[in-house]
Amino acid sequence: MGNTGNTGDTGDTGKSRPGKKAMRYAVPVAVAAVTVASVGLVPALAESGDPELPEITAEELVAKIAASDVQRLSGTVEISSDLGIPGLPGGGGGGLFGGGPHGERGERGEGAAPYDGAAPEGEQSPADPADKLLELAGGEHTLRVAIDGPERQRLSVVEETAEYSLIHNAGEVWAYDSASDTAYHAEAPEGGAERERPAPGPQDLTPGEAAEQLLGAVDDTTAVRVEGTTTVAGRDAYELAVAPKDAAHSTVEAVRIAVDAENGTPLRFALDAGDGGAPLVEAAYTEVDFGKPAAELFTFTPPKGTEVTEADEWDAAEGPAGGHGAGGVNGLPGLGSLAELGGDVEVVGEGWSSVVKIAAPPGVVGEGAGLGSPEADGFLDKLTERVEGDFGTGRVFGTRLVNAMLTDDGTVYLGAVTKDGLVEAANAG
Amino acid sequence: MSPAEPATAASEGAATGPRSAPPSAARWWWTFGLLRSELGVTLRRWRTLALLGILAALPVLIGIAVKVETGDGGGSGGGEGPAFIHQVTNNGLFLVFTALAATLPFFLPMTVGVVAGDSVAGEAAAGTLRYLLVAPAGRSRLLLAKFASVVVFCLLATLVVAASALLVGVALFPVGDVTLLSGVTVSFGEGLLRALAIALAVTVSLLGLAALGLFVSTLTGSGIAAMSATVGLLITVQILAVIPQLDALHPYLFPYHWLSFADLLRAPVLWDDVLANAGLQALYVAVFGSAAWARFTSRDIAA
Repeated sequence: MGNTGNTGDTGDTGKSRPGKKAMRYAVPVAVAAVTVASVGLVPALAESGDPELPEITAEELVAKIAASDVQRLSGTVEISSDLGIPGLPGGGGGGLFGGGPHGERGERGEGAAPYDGAAPEGEQSPADPADKLLELAGGEHTLRVAIDGPERQRLSVVEETAEYSLIHNAGEVWAYDSASDTAYHAEAPEGGAERERPAPGPQDLTPGEAAEQLLGAVDDTTAVRVEGTTTVAGRDAYELAVAPKDAAHSTVEAVRIAVDAENGTPLRFALDAGDGGAPLVEAAYTEVDFGKPAAELFTFTPPKGTEVTEADEWDAAEGPAGGHGAGGVNGLPGLGSLAELGGDVEVVGEGWSSVVKIAAPPGVVGEGAGLGSPEADGFLDKLTERVEGDFGTGRVFGTRLVNAMLTDDGTVYLGAVTKDGLVEAANAG
Repeated sequence: MSPAEPATAASEGAATGPRSAPPSAARWWWTFGLLRSELGVTLRRWRTLALLGILAALPVLIGIAVKVETGDGGGSGGGEGPAFIHQVTNNGLFLVFTALAATLPFFLPMTVGVVAGDSVAGEAAAGTLRYLLVAPAGRSRLLLAKFASVVVFCLLATLVVAASALLVGVALFPVGDVTLLSGVTVSFGEGLLRALAIALAVTVSLLGLAALGLFVSTLTGSGIAAMSATVGLLITVQILAVIPQLDALHPYLFPYHWLSFADLLRAPVLWDDVLANAGLQALYVAVFGSAAWARFTSRDIAA
């Protein structure tokens, strides 16, 4: 060893043999190996199986949700959607990004605008709640919720180095977008016994709201059953499944709601697809606390210099809010506005299999669905799929949830059903 | 720590015997002395001072740019630009956060890469490493002192950016109660405390790279090679981090949680990512720190 001449190199190297020195490299390797193993194994071990809870019927569970009178709650909600729409901001399930990105939250959703059929012309406040909902339609996002009785609620969308907050405090609604440092202010309508809310916005995406809307729409085309128990955010919960009945062509397999076993609060809401992949839409608490949230969370004073848009000005710019239906499926932003395109709109079938049929507005479609040139047709073939049926031929543009078909005579069929479902509806109609 | 440890203690005891100090006390004295001398050497370098000077100048540039841009009454440009830049005009304290967010992806880690990469290899290149090893402190503790001085540099670099930004912010913009990202207003004092916490979080963010740089530094006898390799690694990792196809790899890259310091500006504070960042940096320190130790204690020091 060359360094033994360096006196005072006190035995750290001098007295050990090469074999022993090589052993030292085992330390970093072991540290890395232990970490990798624990990252892989600990979650697997921590999943200790579903909790044992007393039996409950579906009716009792639905009643439990309805009777739930949780007034105070704060927590973190993770929402994700994988609708298979190419290019939706957040990249949830487009071909390029595979099965949804991890942790890529908080993109500024400039790409959202083209999907808003009802987007008005002109300038808008970045703190506009309705636009925020659209932005949340793709990818994964983290929301934080705090509720203190009917008078005070807040919901914020956690973004990278920014946050969008919607604060309701006794008749006043504030929205604050920290990224652009702009705020939106509205007085909640007075005298309404209903819930006071400004417009469709991100608040529709908490598990509780989603479950309420869904259960309100349950009718005899729907089967409701209890599917065992689960654990959400460290709390024991029952799993309620709301599934289409006799709807072979529905793209929705079931809607699953995890209901807190103790107080009936919905803790997770998942729209599961018939194709067996990741949930189409999922909203779940990762952290929930039923204590009283801090009072400071519900007060908002716009910082000096912050641009504040008042609701009146905003409403004038916005016009009637774009069509947002009530049900989980129909609630997809932008779908309702299709009805405003003109032409005859009619609903074929019922319940989960219903398909919207939009007859071609006179003069809009010329001959057939082709674009005329072979290149354009080739491009169209890549985006869509040709189908044939008794009705003739058409092209289907598909996502995981909603499929749309344009027939050669210009009629559009649209619904949360598979391609076969659309063809069947077209054959019937 | 190692099988050679008893031998170390014994030989050290013999070495310090005439001074009649207990071996353990002597060991600590040496470690402290080493750390002090290491720090002195690091911080007295012109290169280090120049790096800190650049870091101090950046917030001035950002501050003046924001002032000029908004001074003529120009409106806000949507959500563009570095994080927090839109809040700067309302509250000078936000310049601290903007400056840290702007320097964290590249400038801060680059200076850390230079200092960490140079720490061992620079001494080897200058031929002073063997004289350092003459000190009866042992290589393990020498390495520890080197790492500690790099950590101190990380803290110092972050504080220089923060302090410079704070001064510029106070000088150019109004200050007062701070509106957090969540829309909750806190006092300026709490805002300052949060700024300090953020500076610490940013320091922690740099530790993984510091350990990586130290390891690279033990591999080569050329300071320039170690510095450029470390900075090159930083750039490579930053490029990998934006390639969406490498999604699965991203959570293991050291910059993955770097922007989590912004979570300290929420109400209530969202700790998940901050802690995940600390864990990831600790992992890098453990793996590359021990790799540096394995290399440094077993290699031949010829220069």
